Amino acid sequence: MITLTATDRIIINGLQGGFPLSERPYADAADMLGISEGELIERLAALVAAGAVSRFGPLWNSEEMGGAVCLAAMAVPAERFEAVAEQVNRHPEIAHNYERGHELNMWFVISSLDPERITSTAAAIEAETGLKVWLMPKEEEFFVGFRVEV
Amino acid sequence: MLLPTDHALIKATEAGLPLSPDPYGELARRLGCSRAEVLGRLAGLIETGAIRRIGVIPNHYALGVTANGMSVWDIADEAVAEIGPRIGALAAVSHCYRRPRHLPHWRYNVFAMVHGVSSDEVIGKVAEIARLIGPAARAHEVLFSKRILKKTGLRLAARPAA
Repeated sequence: MITLTATDRIIINGLQGGFPLSERPYADAADMLGISEGELIERLAALVAAGAVSRFGPLWNSEEMGGAVCLAAMAVPAERFEAVAEQVNRHPEIAHNYERGHELNMWFVISSLDPERITSTAAAIEAETGLKVWLMPKEEEFFVGFRVEV
Repeated sequence: MLLPTDHALIKATEAGLPLSPDPYGELARRLGCSRAEVLGRLAGLIETGAIRRIGVIPNHYALGVTANGMSVWDIADEAVAEIGPRIGALAAVSHCYRRPRHLPHWRYNVFAMVHGVSSDEVIGKVAEIARLIGPAARAHEVLFSKRILKKTGLRLAARPAA
């Protein structure tokens, strides 16, 4: 874990959104936070370099970039779990795959630029494994207020 | 929808905003347009939701927020529109979606990813959500990840040639 200064905490807690769209945005944001423009720029660079902050900038909504993403789940018998994980992961459309503690114990994300690849990939996995793939597409997204407090 | 010029903007900000006093002016110089055009387009993209926000994207793992649980909720269909946004607005929730039920196998229609410094903290936050929702949540569970089986980054734009 990274050791943060008091100023770092002010920046991380206070600047997870709302960065001004102005000619001197760092100066405007620094005013809001009660620090100086130079200090804000210097600490942001240090926090990114240290890895405490992944990026400083716009957080793009990946779905607007085109392509389709769908969450899917399977109930995999314990004795076949490793083999089925390999069968699933072999598909390049599988971005993430997690083992979770539930009867539905394998949860993965299918993504492709071509929306039809979502259902065809799920069908291929069902044919290869003989197991049902439950597709759980996003039907509605609710406003997210996620903030990391440090 | 994104305009062709937005892809240049995505690429130019992929590593982040320039850390210099006039970052939008610097982007404009790189893209060959005016600062006012960059500001106008960014404002438009925020309004349509293509940009969720501009600011610090914390690396929550590096900051010790390492536990997460996928909480799943069975909420009456007619109550989802009112309750979903209240769950999504919570600071501990990073994603909140309505998804289809698969009855009788899967009764849950709202998913909320809950983060904390420990699984106990995640469980505590899920209990807070349950209190917040009250009886409209007919059942819920938290699915913790036991193991990452595969993780490849979803890339938003091609990286510039190194």
